[in-house]
Amino acid sequence: MNAVFYIAAAVAVVATAMVVTRSNVVHALLYLIVSLLAAAVVFYVLGAPFAAALEVIIYAGAIMVLFVFVVMMLNLGADATVQERQWIRPRAWIGPAFLSAVLVGLLIYMLAAGGGGIAAQREVGAKQVGIVLFGPYLLAVELASMLLLAGLVAAYHLGREDGG
Amino acid sequence: MVSLPPTAPLILAIILFALGLAGVLVRRNLVVMLMAIEIMLNAAGLAFIAAGMRWGQADGQILFILILTLAAAEVSVGLAMILRLHYRGEPLDADLTNRLRG
Amino acid sequence: MLWLLWLVPALPLAGFAILFLTAGRLKKPAVAAIGVGSTGLSVVFAFIVTGAFLAAPPAGHAYHEVLWRWIAIGHFTPNVALRLDPLSLIMMLVVTFVGFLIHLYSAEFMEADEGYSRYFAWLNLFMAAMLVLVLAANLLLLYAGWEGVGLCSYLLIGFWYRDPANGRAARKAFIVTRIGDTAFILGIIYLFLSLGTLDIAALMDRARQAWPVGSGMADLAAALLLGGALGKSAQLPLQTWLPDAMAGPTPVSALIHAATMVTAGVYLIARTHVLFMLAPPVQLAVAAVGAATLLLAAFSALNQHDLKRIIAYSTISQIGYMFLALGVGAWTAAIFHFMTHAFFKSLLFLAAGAVMMRIGDEHDIFRMGGLWRRLPVAFLTFLAGAVSLSALPIISAGFYSKDIILLAAWQSGPSGPGLWAAGFVAAFLTALYIFRAVFIVFFGPMHTTPTSRYGWRIVVPLSILSVLALVGGLVETPAWLGGIAAFSNLLAPALPAYRGMAAGSAAQATVMAVDAFIAVFGVTIAYFAFLRRPALVTRLVTAPAARALSRFWLAGWGFDWLYDRVLVRPFVGLARLNRGDVIDAFYSGVAFANCAANKLLSETVNGRLRWYSAWLAAGSLAAIAIMMFA
Repeated sequence: MNAVFYIAAAVAVVATAMVVTRSNVVHALLYLIVSLLAAAVVFYVLGAPFAAALEVIIYAGAIMVLFVFVVMMLNLGADATVQERQWIRPRAWIGPAFLSAVLVGLLIYMLAAGGGGIAAQREVGAKQVGIVLFGPYLLAVELASMLLLAGLVAAYHLGREDGG
Repeated sequence: MVSLPPTAPLILAIILFALGLAGVLVRRNLVVMLMAIEIMLNAAGLAFIAAGMRWGQADGQILFILILTLAAAEVSVGLAMILRLHYRGEPLDADLTNRLRG
Repeated sequence: MLWLLWLVPALPLAGFAILFLTAGRLKKPAVAAIGVGSTGLSVVFAFIVTGAFLAAPPAGHAYHEVLWRWIAIGHFTPNVALRLDPLSLIMMLVVTFVGFLIHLYSAEFMEADEGYSRYFAWLNLFMAAMLVLVLAANLLLLYAGWEGVGLCSYLLIGFWYRDPANGRAARKAFIVTRIGDTAFILGIIYLFLSLGTLDIAALMDRARQAWPVGSGMADLAAALLLGGALGKSAQLPLQTWLPDAMAGPTPVSALIHAATMVTAGVYLIARTHVLFMLAPPVQLAVAAVGAATLLLAAFSALNQHDLKRIIAYSTISQIGYMFLALGVGAWTAAIFHFMTHAFFKSLLFLAAGAVMMRIGDEHDIFRMGGLWRRLPVAFLTFLAGAVSLSALPIISAGFYSKDIILLAAWQSGPSGPGLWAAGFVAAFLTALYIFRAVFIVFFGPMHTTPTSRYGWRIVVPLSILSVLALVGGLVETPAWLGGIAAFSNLLAPALPAYRGMAAGSAAQATVMAVDAFIAVFGVTIAYFAFLRRPALVTRLVTAPAARALSRFWLAGWGFDWLYDRVLVRPFVGLARLNRGDVIDAFYSGVAFANCAANKLLSETVNGRLRWYSAWLAAGSLAAIAIMMFA
């Protein structure tokens, strides 16, 4: 199973890198779905099947479909791709690449410094998550529902054609 | 079940997060920037799940669910704004929508 | 009835308030009724109070009326309080009475002026301030009145403000007197700090106890007060403002710049005479300043051709006599001369105004002439004033007061003869210059034709003042003329008597005879020089040396020129140098640095989302790094 993890991790990293670098938005979107699916595999391997399912259903499913719809409505053509390519010049990468590299280095150093312990090899299933979610975290669930409602209202308001 | 070093999934999360950050900083297309933000959020969720699994508890997954909710709300609002901009005939260029300039 | 005292200054103040608040909406008869009526009532109450005071003098010959506490800061608790003693009684009577006559005169004189209401408002304010000055029981209230009359003087000199020259004259008067006022307020502060009170009576007592005669502290205090008196009374070296102050309406010159305000310095010194007696050097300086001023101004008056300026220089000269009297310790004589001077000098101004208003506001005496037949009222009253000013013996009030002053100067120790000589020469010059004006204005060929007629409001004040100018001196006569001493007896509780020689010595008689003679001599010379043989004078004046001297005197001994070079121009130059405000440069530098910093920082607020997120990331990185490594 370790191999599965590493393969999935490699896929996720490569797919994410492609998302960031592709100049065609639709391509980038597809790579993002791949990246999310790979992440779902990682979740499963780690022993969180419920999270993996949610990742597939909500992230790779619902949210990405939202993106697809929007890209479709934007009706981006070849011109957009060309323009996008012009925007992504090698020079534009210097700063962000440096920042990201520093971030990676710093966090991994921190991880190594903190280190220690073997991962608990125990599955935490949907039932267990549910019990905790609707037990001590009930308030958070309510807040999340409010957040979603606010998002819904805002999206509806902004999306109206005559609104403003 | 696997017998991974506990740092492995965290390292994966870090790499994904850094890639997302680089995407936000490099890309000018608002849609792609939104996608890069999704990557970063997902990486954070991965880190939570990895940490939760380290202790064999459900809390990590619950936080992942909350992040998922946040991401959904954020994407819906963000995409609605992008559509609005598009309908007003403005380019989806983060550098041009700079009316917040001081 | 003494408690009515507060009404005396309050009534003109009320008149001012009404006229000021109605802001010219009243009709002219109503304005005149309020303006003249308030001072008229003030005169009535002044006489009632005087009657009560004389009938039953209060304890210590001083009535103290506390109206309310003004300020209370620790031990500094000045009251708004009035004090009536013989000195302030005489001042009050003269100020209210002469002021009332001048108000009455103004009611007709200013009738055609559009600023009628404004004029009377300020005149009433002046009366109120002057009465506060005179009646104040402490130096702070006195100072308030002092500044009040200065303000009114400024407002009334610049009354016809449409002509910038009048505004300049007003500013000059204000600024020059302000120099003296600064010395005065410093003196007040110094007195309070060293003696702990500002109540004049208490102050004098404490000074007498705390300071020995000739102590440096008394010298300093007296010198500072003298500075204030010099500015207000237009004495050397602050005399330059008074001739220019003639830019105001003529009744204003009569009231403020002849009868009352300019003598405030004399009053101040008489009021604080204890300090001056403790400081002999300063008192000698008072006498010296007076002697120098009276000579200087008399010479200047000799050369003026503006009628009002002649009288203005004459005012400076006559106040010089009062200072001379104060300086030699003849306090009563100074106040006596103040009183007679108030009569004859306001009379001269009013008569001059009466002449000028009939001939189209002409000021130049050489364009007048031969007016005595056409303007008999103005001629007779001006003549009465001139007789009194030149102190013709026996028949004029000026003779009695000037006589005492000259006698006192003669007897005042080692410097006496010098002081007397100055006064003596000036007495000759006084007769000469004022009768020069009389002869040139009223005799000789006519150059102008008078128009219109006088109403009773001009004739009555002129007549009353003429009578007073001629017989007003009879309240105090020398021994050989009956020896009446009503005036000095009245003042005795407030001012120490003059400690001179006993009356009747041979030297004294000689001095008095010479003094009497010199005035007659001056008039005679004037008669020959300006009426019988004007060619002589013309030949004399056209000589080059004389012409230069004449121009020098005409310009008031070049003091204006000197002050302009020494004080005004350097100051204006400094102001020009500092136009950019050197000190401000530092503060605007701070502002500039802030603006620059703002510009720099607002460059970072460029509205670029990616720029913001990059800095956000960098900031987070820095925070993490600090957490880890620190």
